[in-house]
This record gives sequence, C-alpha cells and structure tokens, in this order.
Amino acid sequence: MSTYLIRNVAVLGGEPTDLLLADGVVREIGTGLGAEGAEVVDATGLVALPGLVDLHTHLREPGREDAETVESGTRAAALGGFTAVHAMANTEPVADTAGVVEQVWRLGREAGYCDVYPVGAVTVGLQGERLAELGAMADSAARVRVFSDDGRCVSDAVVMRRALEYVKAFDGVVAQHAQEPRLTEGAQMNEGELSGRLGLTGWPAVAEEAVIARDCLLAAHVGSRLHVCHVSTAGSVEIVRDAKRKGWDVTAEVCPHHLLLTDELAATYDPIYKVNPPLRSAADVEALRAGLADGTIDIVATDHAPHPREDKDCEWAAAAFGMLGLETALSIVQETMVDPGLLDWSGVAERMSHAPARIGRVADHGRPIAVGEPANVVLYDPSVRRTVDASASASLSRNTPYAGRELPGQVVATFLRGTATVIDGKLAR
Amino acid sequence: MKRHLLSAGDLSRDDAELVLATAEELRSLADRPIKKLPALRGRTVVNLFFEDSTRTRISFEAAAKRLSADVINFSAKGSSLSKGESLKDTALTLEAMGADAVVVRHGASGAPHRLAHSGWVRSSVVNAGDGTHEHPTQALLDAFTMWRHLARADGGGLDGRRVVIVGDVLHSRVARSNALLLRTLGAEVTLVAPPTLFPVGVEGWPVETSYDLDAALPKADVVMMLRVQRERMNASFFPTAREYSRRYGLDGRRMRALQDHTIVMHPGPMVRGMEITADVADSDRSVIVEQVTNGVAVRMAVLYLLLGGSQPAVGGEE
Repeated sequence: MSTYLIRNVAVLGGEPTDLLLADGVVREIGTGLGAEGAEVVDATGLVALPGLVDLHTHLREPGREDAETVESGTRAAALGGFTAVHAMANTEPVADTAGVVEQVWRLGREAGYCDVYPVGAVTVGLQGERLAELGAMADSAARVRVFSDDGRCVSDAVVMRRALEYVKAFDGVVAQHAQEPRLTEGAQMNEGELSGRLGLTGWPAVAEEAVIARDCLLAAHVGSRLHVCHVSTAGSVEIVRDAKRKGWDVTAEVCPHHLLLTDELAATYDPIYKVNPPLRSAADVEALRAGLADGTIDIVATDHAPHPREDKDCEWAAAAFGMLGLETALSIVQETMVDPGLLDWSGVAERMSHAPARIGRVADHGRPIAVGEPANVVLYDPSVRRTVDASASASLSRNTPYAGRELPGQVVATFLRGTATVIDGKLAR
Repeated sequence: MKRHLLSAGDLSRDDAELVLATAEELRSLADRPIKKLPALRGRTVVNLFFEDSTRTRISFEAAAKRLSADVINFSAKGSSLSKGESLKDTALTLEAMGADAVVVRHGASGAPHRLAHSGWVRSSVVNAGDGTHEHPTQALLDAFTMWRHLARADGGGLDGRRVVIVGDVLHSRVARSNALLLRTLGAEVTLVAPPTLFPVGVEGWPVETSYDLDAALPKADVVMMLRVQRERMNASFFPTAREYSRRYGLDGRRMRALQDHTIVMHPGPMVRGMEITADVADSDRSVIVEQVTNGVAVRMAVLYLLLGGSQPAVGGEE
C-alpha cells in the first residue's frame, strides 16, 4: 500500500496544510511534514474533502449491463470524488433477497473503485404488496441498512407503515420515492403552464408532496426514521422543514440536477432532460437551494441513472427517465451552492459525506479528516473550469444533461482507504 | 416561412396570411377540369403516419399529388412506444430515400419537433398532429374556412372576430394550434370546457376561458366543437356522456342562440349525439364538409411554400 504525502492542501477550504496518508488511515496532519518513500502530491490550491458518499446510485447490475456495471459505475463514482455509493435495488432481478445484495456487494469489492452498499427493496419485486426479506438482507454480508423501492413509490399506506416499523429491529431506514401513482399516470414532465403548452402529461408537485406528508406522519406515528429521496418541489421542502421542526426523524435528499436545471428544458423535446421526479420550476430550484443551505435537506444524492443510447434517442414519451450524475455532482454543488455563497466546504462535506454516511449507517465513510481516521479523501480543484464531454465519461452510458456545458471544479484525486483510485484527474488504474 | 411547420406558433402573421392567400389561389384549382399543377414535380413528399388518420393522410396525399410531387405513404403503425421500429430508424430510412418533405403524424407530443431537430433527416418536417400537442395545418384550414366566410371587407381579415372552441381542450391538439394561430391573426378566442378538461396553466394562454357554454354563444362569430372521447368519462373527467352533452353539447336549442352569420365547425371525426347533434351538424350553418375541401388547398399551400417550388405555383413565392 502506497504512502501519500499531500502538500499544501486546504482541508475543508481552511488554511493549507500537509496530509500524510499511510496504512489506510490519515497518519499525520501539519505543516512541513516529511515521509521517506511517500508519493508526494502537490495540492496547492486544492480543497480536501472527506470521500463523498452517494445514497442514491443506479449501477444497473445485475440485468442491465448494457447501461452500467458495478465496475463502470464505481469508476465514474471515483472520478466524481465518491468513496462509497449505495446501489439502488431496481435491478433485474430486483435486489430483494440476500443473494442479490451480496452479489452486488461482492462485485463492488472486486472492482475496488469505491465501496458499494446495496440498497434492499422494500417489497418483493418492487410490487408494493409484500415486504421483501428485509432482515435477511440486513444480516447478509452486504449489511443492508437502506431499503427502497426507488423507481416506484411504496404507495400502500399499510405496507409503508409496516416497513417503517419493521426496519427498526436492525436500525434500518426506508428511503421513499415519493410519487402518488394515480396522480402521475403517464406523467412526462412537471405539471405547469409549460406541460399544457407542450402537450406532455403533467407530473404535479402535489403527487410528491402528498406522499411525503403522509410518510412523515406515519414515521412520527410509529417512531421510525424516514428518508425522502430526490425532493424536487418547494412544497416538499416546506413539509420536511415542518416535520423537522416537530422533532420527527426525517431526512431528505436533493439531486444535483434539481439544483440547477428547470422544466423549461422540456421545450426542446430532447429526452436527455427527462428525469423522475421531473425538472421543476425556477422557484422550486430556489427553494431547494435554500433548503439545502439551511439543513432542511440533509444531503445531496446523485440519482445517477444510466440508460443506453436508444432509450434516449427517441421521442420524449418513449424515452427512459433519468440522467447521469456521479461525475458532475460536486461541480454542480459548487456552481449552485458554494460559488453563490450558500454553502462553504465544510457544509459540502456535511451534505455529501458525513450526513449520507450517517443516514446509511456506514461506519467507515463520512468520517472527519483527522489523524487516525480512514484515509477516504478527495482532492478538488475549485478554480478550474471544464467543459463536460459526454464521450469521456467512465459510465457505459452517455445520458448526461450537461454535455457541452461549462462547469466549475475538477476532482484531482480520490483516495479509498489510502489507495488512490483517481490521481491527476484520471483513474489510477 | 421557417423550414419546418411544427407549431402554429412558428407562423408570423405575414406567414399565416401568405398561406391563406396561396390557399385561396390554389383552391380555385378544385373547380378546374384538370386539378394538377407542376409546381413540385420531381419532389418527394413522405406521409409518415404512426397513428391512423385516414382523413388527414388522404388530404396531404391529395395536396401533394395536385402539385405533382411524388408521394410515399409510410404507415408505421406501432412506434417505438410499442416496440416497433424506432422513430430514429424510420427517419434514417426516409433520409436514405431522399425525401424532400416529411409529413408526420405521431401519438407522442413533440415527435415532429424531435425529427426536425435531431439531425436524423434534412428534409422539411410538417407536423400532421402530434399527441396532445399541436396540429398546425388543421388550424390553418380552420382559419382559412373562417376567413372565407367572415373576413372583413376592409382587409382586416379575422381581426376582432370571436371564436368559441368547445370541448376537450386538455387533450386537443386542434385547440392548441387554433388558439395560437387565431391569436396571431387577430381573432379573439374563448375556450369552453368543464374545469377538468382545461390544462393546468391555461390562464397563461392568449385566450379567454369559460365553463359556461350558454354565456359564450351569443357573441360568437364561430363555434368550433371538439371531439370528446367517451372513454374520458371513465377517467372521471366528467360523470356521464349524457351530462356532458347537456352542459357542453351543441344542439338545436343552443344553435338558435347564435347570431345569423355565425358558422359551426368541427375538425372531425364527429361523435354525433355527444358534442354535436345531427341537426346542427347538417344545418346550413355547418361548414364541416367545406373544412375538408379547404384542408387540401391549405396543405397544398403549406407544401408549396415550404418546398419553395422551383416555379410559381399560382404566383406564390418562397
């Protein structure tokens, strides 16, 4: 295992210092450090953050290896500064048994680019009817703690209540994809003036907000924790804010694309902008940024959703929902939160590393950069600007909505337990 | 005019009036023994229909043939939505065949827009109805029909004419295109529907809206009835067909509330007894059959103007 001496790095944007990473941990912190045989990284001008943790990633394996594999997805994750990702359960077969989650977990270990924590399905086959064997997944080698039918909503109130209750036995959490199914039948884009004009079936904000409100009440009633996936509307932010004010154990995530892009992009009819929940209005974007800044929204999660080209190279209604996110997440957060002064780098570390690790009950990630802690560290250059090149992505898919767009910042290096997965902005192997 | 006709909103007032004037000249052709002009000789027009619509397809086909274009009918029923050949592959096929214009009807809103802007084809794209989005040539033929009956003698065209459009606005591409085009031409449009059949955000459209048909009728110069599918009642848009007809159907009693010069239109196909009664559809006020005749003339004008025929059609210009 290599030893790395990182010189002149601004930990969480603070005063420059040196970091010595050895034996998988942060060995020393201070100025003027020396270490024989260490690889020296000149990090002047770079910010050090704890390795990022994504609570919401679609790695597509098993089943859709044409879109992404655990290996390709975790390569993209490493390039984005992530050292841990939670792989969503909507694979084929669905990750609703110990066997499937252990397979995904093992594929992550074998790839070695970042730690993969499988998310278990709440219900068998994501059908929303019977609970999957949540305990078996929790007790498996994959140690599942996050359960979600993401892609589908656990819409049955009784099933949701039971799931919230049941996972308490192993300190799990249910991550809800909040989408009232009847209100969103055939839905294509945010319901508003534009959906009416474009003739695309609307996905109304109330379909998200009604489920979040119900789930907050259920979680409070049974004394469970609830995590809300991809909050996309101003009204949802208000509901979560109110739940937190009441002291309920509710956490929420926002996706980078919902912090930056708006529903106006649907007017292109280019399904590269088709995502679920849909891009919303500029007022929603404002509210999401404010909610992330004040802590109402706990974390940023990518909802990285790879799709093969033919699923986007078609008419809007026929296209798949979802967009890539791992390699651009930190840049989008810089552009939308850091550069406008809404969040400092320690705030970014909280929302993209510490808090997601806490919610997912991941012990070895999201730790502070301190002596003796696991050496999961990302070095980031916030001063550069880059133009996104879809064809350069490590993902097998190309469905990034940012192709050709100039974004700030670049991940220079990512260390997973002291081993470089990314160095000089490129995969280490 | 732009290279494509995707939305009625693409047309400036000058564009729209040029289409109407050209259609007027071309329409006279229908009365001649030889109904054919050489304007688009050697050009290829493809009718690409992903949805069944015999009346629209034959209208475009007749229009193209009367301009001497070669016509290829491509009925691609079963789009990529139903796992057939994808829109992209179909488009690439047409491109390889060398189509000059593609007339496309598709069940997905925005499919013609996608075709025009994806780089898959170089030809002009004419939207012949896409999902619940638009149907611009229908709006043009409707405007043409109104213009022939109601244009002001002072050259003001449809300025200030009151058009009442009644029915399933939410799902109607005809309503969207008409609202945009009639506004461009200076008419005042009132949309009438039950609240469930208005799209969210209709307040932002350049139209008046009303839930009360009886209140809207007396001032109307044109009443256009939209088709209402009975299936909508199963989705709770309205309780029963009978109640719909009672509140929003045009029957003989309501027809008597109209001004003497007011015309009644319907884009077809009609559901007699649902949104319109037979006595109204067959009355002297009804211009429904004439709409069909005008459809051919308007589509001739559109194809001619988009393809910029190498010689004047009947004095038209690019």
